[in-house]
Amino acid sequence: MNIAKILKVKEMRRCIGCFSCMTSCAVVNRHNHSLAKSAIKIITSGGLSGSMAAVVCAGCTGVRACAEACPTGALADREGGGVTLLPERCTGCRKCVAACALGAVHFDSTTNKPIICKHCGVCTQFCTHGCLEMEEA
Amino acid sequence: MLYENTITVLYVDLSSRTTRVEKRADLNDYFGGVGVAAKLFEENMKPELEPLDEQQPVVFAIGALGASIYPAINKTAAMFVSPLTGELGESYVGGRLALALCMAGYDAVVLTGKYSYPCYLSITGQGVEHKDARPLWGMLSEEVWRAIHDNETPRGNRSIMRIGPAGENKVAYASVNVDNYRHFGRLGLGAVLGSKNVKAITVTGDRNIPIPSDSFKEYFKVYRSIFDKITGTDIMKKYRGLGTAAYVLSLNAMDAFPTNNLTSGHFESVEAISAEAFAEKNLVRKMACAGCPVDCIHVGQFRRQFKNTGYEYEVVNTNYDYELVFALGSFLGLKTTDEILMLIDAVEETGMDAMSSGVALGWATEAFQKGLLSTGETLVPLAFGDTENYVKAVWYIAGAANEFYSLLGRGCYHAAQVYGGQDFAMTMAKNEMSGYHTGYGILVGSVVGARHSHLCNGGYELDRDHEQLTSQEMVEGLLKEEKERCMTNSMIICLFSRRVYDRPTIIAAGRAVGFDLDDAFLTRIGQRIFQTKMRIRDKLGFDLKQVQLPRRFFETPGLHGVLKEKVAKEMIDLYAALVAEEMKGSGSAG
Ligand code: SF4
Ligand code: SF4
Ligand code: SF4
Repeated sequence: MNIAKILKVKEMRRCIGCFSCMTSCAVVNRHNHSLAKSAIKIITSGGLSGSMAAVVCAGCTGVRACAEACPTGALADREGGGVTLLPERCTGCRKCVAACALGAVHFDSTTNKPIICKHCGVCTQFCTHGCLEMEEA
Repeated sequence: MLYENTITVLYVDLSSRTTRVEKRADLNDYFGGVGVAAKLFEENMKPELEPLDEQQPVVFAIGALGASIYPAINKTAAMFVSPLTGELGESYVGGRLALALCMAGYDAVVLTGKYSYPCYLSITGQGVEHKDARPLWGMLSEEVWRAIHDNETPRGNRSIMRIGPAGENKVAYASVNVDNYRHFGRLGLGAVLGSKNVKAITVTGDRNIPIPSDSFKEYFKVYRSIFDKITGTDIMKKYRGLGTAAYVLSLNAMDAFPTNNLTSGHFESVEAISAEAFAEKNLVRKMACAGCPVDCIHVGQFRRQFKNTGYEYEVVNTNYDYELVFALGSFLGLKTTDEILMLIDAVEETGMDAMSSGVALGWATEAFQKGLLSTGETLVPLAFGDTENYVKAVWYIAGAANEFYSLLGRGCYHAAQVYGGQDFAMTMAKNEMSGYHTGYGILVGSVVGARHSHLCNGGYELDRDHEQLTSQEMVEGLLKEEKERCMTNSMIICLFSRRVYDRPTIIAAGRAVGFDLDDAFLTRIGQRIFQTKMRIRDKLGFDLKQVQLPRRFFETPGLHGVLKEKVAKEMIDLYAALVAEEMKGSGSAG
């Protein structure tokens, strides 16, 4: 049986800020070198001596705020958690961006569509510090 | 620029606040990185003017393969006229700068002129802004970082470089701090920016760089194989584990660990300042540069009681590396990790090169001991191991506290010209020495290297890996490596990963993103860049024959015993002859 998995942000205290997760997400999922295309964003919180944080879809189950906010039904519930973008329905209104309390819906100004984490797990393969993991939903 | 077959150069004149962008296909002959920087620098430098004249340029350049497209290819080169040596200033930095420049869409930036009052330059993909930095003037490095970080909302990847008080006061070895604990360290870029009234530069970008569909598969395959080589093999293990500080014990065992102003190559209290000691007592986290999975940046922590208080402490985090442990540790006789971190913190906050600061203070300490200096000059007595006074002295240098400290801020070569003690002012062609007393390789290599750095040609590796080389073998080895590093620095591959990026790997990486690389091309590029740097060096008036080496190098035994001045001189002459030979072909090299 194929159990759906979702991306879990685990141990950000171990994060070294290498951005390999962002690079691999942008490269594999968007065929792009720009980190702006990555569905996961690594940010410094608290400055030089502070720690790193990952801003990425948490894989909501139940009502997904982003999907609820979408006026055209372009975000479909993904099995196991999170949402799937149906690009042909998306008008680029950015309501999903505003709706997610984590700020985890990033926006691609080139395609004028949101960048939605697919929970594909590529980023976890390039994180050598165990910060990111795939978990069974 | 990646996939575009042209080099995009941003020119900014700070005096007139004018900007232009040029796409220069002709610069492809120099590939990228240090090649493009050298060419742009050669075009814009003014050999007849002083190093800190406002017309002198500062050039920044990223590598030919962009930045962070492959693991550990993520550095930026800077070129300027060094106020320390009066010659070619060349320095490299990691962090996020190259990534930000790449994402902003610039391969190189040329700054000329001078702001009429302190400003900071904000570079984005949309252009530049000149922002008032008068409130930031006088601030320490981390304060500036925080002010800018918190007040500007970036769009995309951002890098922040800034100078501390030392740069404002034009200390000849003032550094530029970049992002988290990375620096344009050597040769005084901080003073150059200070002289231009540039307190900081931010670079932000989020350009779209699609990977061409026909190259995606090959690119990702090569990316993954390099990533696996870096993370899955032992090649870079030492940088991940204890970090470069692991050299402390190994160099000490070779009698090559400069101690107490190089009166010895062996430090008695070495265990207490080893990488192991730092790891056990102080290491709190490790970090990486953007696009590199190796966490080589080691951050140590110490706590310090507030002055004259009860149980009140501040916690300080700062970065340590081998070079810092040598220059601000053994070289000054500091015996604990906490004390070394405390001194590193002072150097970091004031914004100075750690090696030059430590070596200059080493000279001052011995000159004080020998009675060449008194507290009339030094303000506090200087003694090996006296951390508290060293911390004060660092602030005196950065603040140019009196005539003596202003002079010490020009480098210990200059200070010794006035106060004496040239025999133990430990410079190599006016640049303060690095932490390797390994033999002729490092000594001659640093003197002949285009920027007198231990990184020009890896001389210490020749010393370490060979029992005894003839003078001819040594200089040939140095020249070969210097040219090879000119080549790798055209992509600006991090030096730590040089064993990962052998030529076949470089060729595969380049081809996967559309560069038709082969061995002959790489050799030619290395040669052309080397020749360009030699031309610059000649125009700036450097003459190998004029170099005076302090006698101490030939008194203190190192890895291969006591060195002979005669042999060093012979090697320098041989090298000069090799370069002359090399330059004969420079007109036709293509
Ligand atoms: S994008 Fe935000 S709201 Fe939507 S499923 Fe993910 S975490 Fe939930
Ligand atoms: S799980 Fe996939 S889509 Fe989501 S951030 Fe990671 S690589 Fe990107
Ligand atoms: S790959 Fe891991 S260590 Fe690197 S930035 Fe991402 S979460 Fe942090």
